[in-house]
This record gives sequence, C-alpha cells and structure tokens, in this order.
Amino acid sequence: MKARVHVMLKNGVLDPQGEAVRHALGNLGFDGVSGVRQGKVIELDLADGTSEDTITDMCEKLLANTVIESYRVELL
Amino acid sequence: MRAAVIVFPGSNCDRDMAVALRAAGADVSMVWHKDPDLPENVDLVAVPGGFSFGDYLRCGAIAAQSPICKAIVAHAARGGYVLGVCNGFQVLTESGLLPGALMRNAELKFVCKTLDLKVETSSSAFTEGYNAGDLVAFPVAHHDGNYTADPETLARLEADERIAFRYTQNPNGSLADIAGVLSDNRRVLGMMPHPERAVDAGHGGTDGQALFRGLIGQLGNA
Repeated sequence: MKARVHVMLKNGVLDPQGEAVRHALGNLGFDGVSGVRQGKVIELDLADGTSEDTITDMCEKLLANTVIESYRVELL
Repeated sequence: MRAAVIVFPGSNCDRDMAVALRAAGADVSMVWHKDPDLPENVDLVAVPGGFSFGDYLRCGAIAAQSPICKAIVAHAARGGYVLGVCNGFQVLTESGLLPGALMRNAELKFVCKTLDLKVETSSSAFTEGYNAGDLVAFPVAHHDGNYTADPETLARLEADERIAFRYTQNPNGSLADIAGVLSDNRRVLGMMPHPERAVDAGHGGTDGQALFRGLIGQLGNA
C-alpha cells in the first residue's frame, strides 16, 4: 500500500519561501496571486495493512515538526 | 570537566568546538552519532554546527533520531549539561530538549558575518562569565536560524529569563530577536551564533572564551 503525506507550515506561520514564489509569479506577469504557501509531499511505500495510526505516528515523530507544521495523510 | 562533542555526517564545527573546550581546560572526547552511549561521567555534551545529514527533511531532524541523541536526551533528563550551537541548536529543538523551532531565514539568504549579541542573563553555567547586558561579538553562519515559538512559549521564555542571547541587529527574522535559549533547568543552551569561533585572537575576537571558561569553572576542571 501507499500513502501520501502532505506537510504544510501551519496557518499563521509566515512562509518566506511561499512569499518569494508569490513575488516571482508577479514578476512573470501573473496578476492576482494573493498568496502562495509552499509545503512538502512525502510518498510512503508501506507494508499492506499498515494502520493510519502508525502513519500518524510517523508524522508526529519525524515527518512533520508539529511546532510549525501541520500534516495530512492520504491513503492511496 | 569531561565533555563529549557529537559528530554527525555533515558536522563541520565539531573540531572547532573541541579546540574551544580544550583551550578552556575540558577533557574532550569525540563521539560518533551511531554510538548508543556517551562516555562515562560526561558532564557536558556539545552538539556542534554543520549540516548533519545534509539538512534532509528539516535541519537537525534526522540527527535528532540518531542513536546518540537518545543518550543525549537521557543525559539531559539526569540534569546533565548540553550545548547546541547552530545545527546543534536545530538538533536540540528537533529532539524536544528545547522549545520552539528554527525556520528558513526571513530574507531567504544564508547569513555569514559577525554580529553583536546582548547577553540577557548571567544566570546559567553558560553565561555566568558575562554580565546581563554585555555585548559580545560572535560569528553567525546559517540559512535556517529564524527562531519561532508559539505566544505561550515565548511568554514563558521571557518570564523565566530563559532567553540567553538576543541579536542587536536581527539577521534572520527570529522572534523577539532570540539568538539562544535555555531549558527550564537552565542546563541546556541552544544558540545559532558560534561562540567556539570567537576564542582565539586569530579568530578576530575572543568574546566566546568567557562562555567556555565559565562552563569549566562551574563544572570543574578536568
């Protein structure tokens, strides 16, 4: 089985990289981009039957830093 | 005083740290990250700067899961002293020994220069060689030194006087100009600037000597 973990900076945490991308889009002439947030996607190849709780544990212990990041698990 | 300097793949300030500790009188062992145990009777663990594990995933995140880090957490839980500098500070926040997190610099640039810091408290073994309010010049060299913490954590750090150093000119967007923080028992210090790069006239400054001499003074000469 596979799972995809989306890691994003929490709302309210300033994302300077997203902000730089927003500026660059403006410079390219793309008007109206009012916000860009940049995150990570991590794909996991897992033993069949791995529980969502186990994947959550992976996120809490390593894949996300929950001080600044939130995560979402997507089972594929 | 017995000190252990941890070496990860990608550490690059480990030998500078050992030189600074030895110059101040410590008996220093280098400890590889795969070692499950610290040497016996270690008083201080120093987690040096560098780019452990290539900064993969997040700075310090992989190093914080290494076998030696479990031993460092246990050492801190026993009341042992831990100093984390630069990448070492990132490792200590990732391992939960210090609150908050270090994010990409607000201007997105790698900052490499010598900056003035204000010593905020002399009440710790690391800072007792200074007076609160002293200005010290330490080099900084980092891309991810933008300290952040939630408002409750910041209020606690301020109230308990656990902010050890602040930048006088914030180079990275750090919350409240924070350059270094102490644990609640004041025996774990994490800081982005490099005191070990300011201990010899050849470095251009010696303001870091008081940190290492103060530590050795408090923890005993080897």
